[in-house]
Amino acid sequence: MSKRKAAFYSMTIPALLLFFTFHTFPTLQGIFYSFTNWDGYSDGYDFVGFKNFKALFTDENVLNAYLFTFKYAIVVTVLINVISLLIALGLNSKIKFRNFFRGVYFLPNVLGVLIVGYIFNYIFANAIPTIGEALGSETLAINILGSEKWAWVGIVIVAVWQGIAFNTILYLAGLQTIPRDLYEASDIDGAGKWETFRSITFPMLASFFTINMVLAMKNSLMVFDQIVALTGGGPGRATQSIAMLIYQGGFQGGEFAYQSANAVIYFIVIVIISVVQLNFLQKREMDA
Amino acid sequence: MKKRSSTNWVVTILITLGSLLILFPLYMTVSIALKNPEEMAKSIFSLPTGLHFDNFARAIEATNFFGAFKNSALITFISVSFILLTNSLVSYAVARNIKQKFFKGLYLYFISAMFIPFQIIMLPVVKLTTDLHMNNIPGIIILYIVYGLAFNIFVYVGYIRSIPVELEEAATVDGATTYGTFWRIIFPLLAPINATVAILSCLSTWNDFMLPLIILSEPDSYTLPLVQYVFQGQFSTDYNLAFASYLLALAPMVIVYLVAQKWIINGITQGAVKS
Repeated sequence: MSKRKAAFYSMTIPALLLFFTFHTFPTLQGIFYSFTNWDGYSDGYDFVGFKNFKALFTDENVLNAYLFTFKYAIVVTVLINVISLLIALGLNSKIKFRNFFRGVYFLPNVLGVLIVGYIFNYIFANAIPTIGEALGSETLAINILGSEKWAWVGIVIVAVWQGIAFNTILYLAGLQTIPRDLYEASDIDGAGKWETFRSITFPMLASFFTINMVLAMKNSLMVFDQIVALTGGGPGRATQSIAMLIYQGGFQGGEFAYQSANAVIYFIVIVIISVVQLNFLQKREMDA
Repeated sequence: MKKRSSTNWVVTILITLGSLLILFPLYMTVSIALKNPEEMAKSIFSLPTGLHFDNFARAIEATNFFGAFKNSALITFISVSFILLTNSLVSYAVARNIKQKFFKGLYLYFISAMFIPFQIIMLPVVKLTTDLHMNNIPGIIILYIVYGLAFNIFVYVGYIRSIPVELEEAATVDGATTYGTFWRIIFPLLAPINATVAILSCLSTWNDFMLPLIILSEPDSYTLPLVQYVFQGQFSTDYNLAFASYLLALAPMVIVYLVAQKWIINGITQGAVKS
């Protein structure tokens, strides 16, 4: 082997070994345990085949966590993308203090999710009800995080508040790649604002739209920190996400093997969604 | 052609109103952290009348702020430094040999890990790190460096492939080793993408909650987010103390951001356009 080739192998092999040890091996272990009945701390366990997987499909808590997570992820992904695209368009137009506002809108992205969650927890529990009482509005006077029906909306608000920051920056980066002369041409053709957006801006942003949709969806399917800070999964199990269920059941509920099976299903679901999303959105990119 | 230089006031007003929604929770945080319970009882929205810095003193004591700050800073600094040094090196080897089966396979292997949700490895990795006595600060640093590979290789490889090979060939002819070529020629050229990777890894490591939650077992090694979580029960009746503590935990990154704002936004924008 040439010296140069040996050098290239020596650059990658340690990383490969470490990555296998701390990422792939635990993944395989997780899959392995999903076929057992191990609780996470006993000395022994038995193989139970697909029993865990079968049980998952009839477990109301699991079903509930998937429904909540999907509902949440779809709403958050759509809201984040619509709002951050609008903000990016705004920040890209002729406005006063453009750099200052760019700084403000990106600020939430540097804040820790958990602490932002605690701050909003206070706003929902104390600040908004105070305003509600002052206005005599009963709907505003309650703490939505304590309501089984509305707690999820609170989590959506926090996730969107923080999530738009990153997507706005990506859309803004995309907007700056669009050549000026395209706009000048459409101006000469007498195209209206909506027409220009539909036939120039949006198609030119196609690849950024794809990245943003996939990123926002993946992040929100894994929602965990916000829930810890806002509701702890409650009230009841109204806001228990899949990640939360795996964490609580796996570490505190003695369901190590069972939640490992849940994690395997979760993995398959995420891969399917990502692949479908990428295919669908990239096909749209080609058409555009 | 008409000139488009006049300010768009409608958009300016809308953007201003929107930014108030961003700033309001931060205003609440700062003002509550500086108030005392009597002022809170009067109005939770008003500005504090005096500055109650004793909230901060109490928060620093209650949460062992300086200890947690030191842990967070140490973990973030070492992780990010090693991420830059190692992940770029691995990416270089992969990018320059991408036509060979082994390296192509390696590339796909690393980036496919981006799709694996952390929850699937979460339970076994706790067992593994405990068995290896890695449920501590050095352990979590290794995990951050290794887990960074999945995304960073994706970013770096794309960038390195756009650097012409001719630059290195000249160095090789002059007798430089492959490592020498990388450190002296390629690594300096990676500056823009290193900035992107550094900013993103710094933010995600500093703010990470889940990995410290499951890995760090000794209270002495707790990070800032973890400390907020642990002390939440104690905070539940004393909002002024809680918000002083939140503000202390948020402040370091906000200060860094205020100082290096333009640089940070540009770094992320560049990474986005390149990849």
